[in-house]
Amino acid sequence: MTPLFRLLVALVLALFVTSLLIGPAGVGALASLKALVLGGDGPLPIVMRQIRLPRALLGVAVGAGLGLTGAAMQGYLRNPLAEPGLIGVSGMAALGAVIAIQTGASLAFALALPAAALAGAAIGIGLLVALAGPRGGSVTLILAGVAISAMAGAGTALVLNLSPNPYAANEIIFWLMGSLADRSLVHVALALPPMALGAALIATTARGLDALTLGEAAAQALGIDATTLRWRLIAGVALIVGPATAVAGAIGFVGLVVPHLLRPWVGARPSRLLPASALGGAALLLAADIAVRVITPERDLKLGVLTAIVGAPLFLHLIWKTRSGGRI
Amino acid sequence: MLRLENLSVIRRNRPVLKGIDLTVGASEFIGLIGPNGAGKSTLMEAALGLIPATGQSSLAQLPAAARARHAAYLPQAKEIAWPVSVRDLVSLGRLAWPGGGGTSADRQAIDRAITRMGLQDFTHRTAQRLSGGEQARALIARALAQDTPLLLADEPIAGLDPAQQLATMRLFAELARERRGVVASIHDLGLAARFCTRLVLLAQGRIIADGPPDEVLRDDLMTRAFGITLCRVQTPDGLAILPV
Repeated sequence: MTPLFRLLVALVLALFVTSLLIGPAGVGALASLKALVLGGDGPLPIVMRQIRLPRALLGVAVGAGLGLTGAAMQGYLRNPLAEPGLIGVSGMAALGAVIAIQTGASLAFALALPAAALAGAAIGIGLLVALAGPRGGSVTLILAGVAISAMAGAGTALVLNLSPNPYAANEIIFWLMGSLADRSLVHVALALPPMALGAALIATTARGLDALTLGEAAAQALGIDATTLRWRLIAGVALIVGPATAVAGAIGFVGLVVPHLLRPWVGARPSRLLPASALGGAALLLAADIAVRVITPERDLKLGVLTAIVGAPLFLHLIWKTRSGGRI
Repeated sequence: MLRLENLSVIRRNRPVLKGIDLTVGASEFIGLIGPNGAGKSTLMEAALGLIPATGQSSLAQLPAAARARHAAYLPQAKEIAWPVSVRDLVSLGRLAWPGGGGTSADRQAIDRAITRMGLQDFTHRTAQRLSGGEQARALIARALAQDTPLLLADEPIAGLDPAQQLATMRLFAELARERRGVVASIHDLGLAARFCTRLVLLAQGRIIADGPPDEVLRDDLMTRAFGITLCRVQTPDGLAILPV
């Protein structure tokens, strides 16, 4: 393992433990961890196992997923501005969730929201496959993704517009800002299996993404099957961003900024960027989720808002670096 | 090395390659000449199976990985999408092999390719930041690292300075002497005549001449293909050919 990977793994572990220890309960670190591992009586084991553990686990999974899919999309499209939301699946997942909130289904049945979001993501994948076709270049994929995102955005706006009361609208807006608060182990169980499958699929694209550094024709001549690579990538990204959006809402900038920040540290090779970006994404989202709890413990600062506040200036810095002569 | 039989390509209902028959043997350095749009790039892509084609190509019939171990391809677009190091770039040539770049055989092939292209002092430099000529050398090294008996190069000397053009042509001729097969599309008829063992002249998607350079570079064929004639000047280093 290279020093960078060791550092990132240590960072993720440290932030994971810190995330477990942060909360309004105000209990000591040792007692908290003991309650988590050994259980026991009283409210603390419940707090640790039912509230903080799912939150920290989802922080790792969603962050890693966004970092990984961001690196994969950038590698596939050979464009440093690509991000996981580009294929429209996260937009459709958000639309599904918003419909569940608007119709009141999320109140009637706790898992209706993530289930509706997953259904939205599945419809998004179906649309993407129908629009982008079995062959066709990366431009077709981007255009299909943009079209689906636009439709999902319009649908979300329509639902908001027609919301029965200001409370429902408020809830929709807050959900769209993204958060890991009040998630349960059921959310973890719902999101983790498809995300793990998606990550495994993306891992198989590493060689193809490396070859694409030389362009599509050269990659194909190096033995990479363009159609297989494309399907694995689309399925992998969709299986990650759909469930991630379903359980955490729309969280921007992680998939865009993390691959950017880490690219110089892995020699820009797409296959090496995949694991680094997954670890970096997990670290960034855990840190952001810790920050929202530390900065405003009594007010509910949304995770997606914080990642945007941190991500936008980072992005500006990258633009400045590019303009001042360095390549992205 | 490569056998094409009746290879044809139709794009947007228009035939761009018509019934190509071509055999490439070991030790041959074939210069693919012809005007822009004659079908030179299409011929290479179809031979490799990168685009849909009718007819037979011994290369396109192979499974993808076996094909990549038989023929290396240098596309016309010299793309390097990410700021990878020269060594990483060259190592991409090993993706076709089982180790994917990590075995000692891979490392030896990469080292050989780097040394052969004189890139030893550049290995840690960012490939995107090299000059055009250096990038071209790095990309050729990538193809050499692939360690294939056949090399297909689409306009490999376009955009290079005269010294680099000569060096590239010398290298390809050397590869042919090592019993490899080389097919390169070339616009410089003088260099093609000097270094290629055989020329294939394409016009409007058909092969209109195939043979030793002096047989193919006849004025009637040049007029038919390009609308030009050639001026031949005998120099101490050989025959120089100028289009007039």
